[in-house]
Amino acid sequence: MELFFQQLINGLSLGALYALIAVGYTVVYGIVQLINFAHGEIFMIGAFGAFATWTIMGRPTGSPVATSLLFILPVMLIGGVVASVAVAVAMERFAYRPLRNAPRLAPLISAIGVSVFLQELVRLFFGRIPGMPDAKSDLAFPSISGISGASVQMGGVLIRASAIFTIGALVLCTVFLWIFVDRTKTGRAMVATSQDADTARLMGINVDRVIVSAFAVGAVLAAVAGVAQGLTVGNIGFRMGFLAGLKAFTAAVLGGIGNIYGAVVGGLVLGVAEALASNYLGTTAWKDVWAFILLILVLVFRPQGLLGAKVVDRA
Amino acid sequence: MSTEAVPAVADTAVLLDARNVTMQFGGLRAVNDVSLQVRTGEIVGLIGPNGAGKTTFFNCLTGLYQPTTGSVFFDAAPLPAKPRLAVRAGMARTFQNIRLFHNMTAIENVMVGMYCRTKTNAIDAVFRLPRHRREEVESTRRAKELLDFVGLSGSGDTLSRNLPYGDQRRLEIARALATDPKLLLLDEPTAGMNPQETRQAEDLIFRIRDLGLAVLVIEHDMRFIFNLCDRVACLVRGEVLVEGPGAVVQNDPRVIEAYIGSPATQDGSGDA
Repeated sequence: MELFFQQLINGLSLGALYALIAVGYTVVYGIVQLINFAHGEIFMIGAFGAFATWTIMGRPTGSPVATSLLFILPVMLIGGVVASVAVAVAMERFAYRPLRNAPRLAPLISAIGVSVFLQELVRLFFGRIPGMPDAKSDLAFPSISGISGASVQMGGVLIRASAIFTIGALVLCTVFLWIFVDRTKTGRAMVATSQDADTARLMGINVDRVIVSAFAVGAVLAAVAGVAQGLTVGNIGFRMGFLAGLKAFTAAVLGGIGNIYGAVVGGLVLGVAEALASNYLGTTAWKDVWAFILLILVLVFRPQGLLGAKVVDRA
Repeated sequence: MSTEAVPAVADTAVLLDARNVTMQFGGLRAVNDVSLQVRTGEIVGLIGPNGAGKTTFFNCLTGLYQPTTGSVFFDAAPLPAKPRLAVRAGMARTFQNIRLFHNMTAIENVMVGMYCRTKTNAIDAVFRLPRHRREEVESTRRAKELLDFVGLSGSGDTLSRNLPYGDQRRLEIARALATDPKLLLLDEPTAGMNPQETRQAEDLIFRIRDLGLAVLVIEHDMRFIFNLCDRVACLVRGEVLVEGPGAVVQNDPRVIEAYIGSPATQDGSGDA
């Protein structure tokens, strides 16, 4: 039983990470019907942005827990978010907007191109930025005292501080997202645009700006996920966005692509399913197999996803 | 053609001044050299058989289409080329086929209409600054007021797709009014309504005019249009056939011919 709860906690932590990334897929899909396959790279850029911020801060290590949690970590998060949002907005402007009225396949191919471009950009050029280490192989993510390596024991279950951070971040982000979508005029404009972009335009909504904010919102959450990943795993690399992005996409489809809360639910379900399956149905080496089997099953039997809506809708 | 001459100098009371608007799609000339003026406080009707180019003309007025030739002046300035800028300039419309945001509640639909008139941005919203909260409270109050105005007081929290048909039409009008327009374009506002609902719509349009707005309305219901409008223009095959007071247009033989065909001539062949 302890093992079950241990795996449940591990799964929720992993799932929270997927969920944070999945929201970006789903928000963008809901509004422009584009699967932004470069979104995994936005997550990677977030982690590198946080890393770069930490380097610029003079690589503070071994600070007291309070300083780490209240100052260093927030500043790193802001750095990651700024980097992710900047790249996501530029990506929308230069890779997708010119293709807005092109056949659906064109922006999809553009997305794959952007994905490869961003990976190679980080691999080849991150080290050229003055003061930054070479990123051709994995970099050790800064350890934050109070989170990295810390854990609490509850019964026989070990809860790592990084898991609490990830799950906490997801809860906070979901609440903010709910307020944003439900209670603000930009959120309402987003919902309106996802339901009928032409009518939204005729009601005075700046659809271009709404699309940019959708990319930006996704990027903020992806950057938070990037930092969470760094803290959990302890290292980051230019390739980290590929598999995480694919899993998060699975989560978004699982929850019902286009539905924000579906992405959250889908992420958590996928994470827990992966953790439990790798524990009970074989070794951890098989976890990706179970994740993608789940994707295929969903696509075959419930293509609209668990919460099944085609629009950014309240579930 | 019997359209009135367009004055060279803009008349200050003229709100909408469409001059020689032509809209060509490939080989099809959907709107041909149409000139129309609408003054503040006026209700103008646009009639014509199906396919006459009425809706295309509306689309030219809302920035959705760019006229091939001709120009549209609104409030003494050229009409902006983008729909959202036309809305900002004070042009609002409803649709022949209802185009509400179906999965939003009635009040949310109205609040979407206010988007272009509110000032807070995403930053204010994310940090919940007082300015944002004040504006949200104000928007909600105004939206309720508009729902009252069109007679949908109790339906604010209903998803718009669950509203009865006639209420959906009225909600579209409330949403258009939320953009705070100077001119309201109504595309077949009474389509599918029963006589009682039509009378209510008539009353609503008079009340909108009394708020100081101009109204341009497309309609097929002749009794409705001639009751309502100060002036009526009849569009046939993309051209203005007749324009003038209701009584004149109503009895014009060319209008009757356009709608029900010409009387049979002596050799028995109707001249199309």
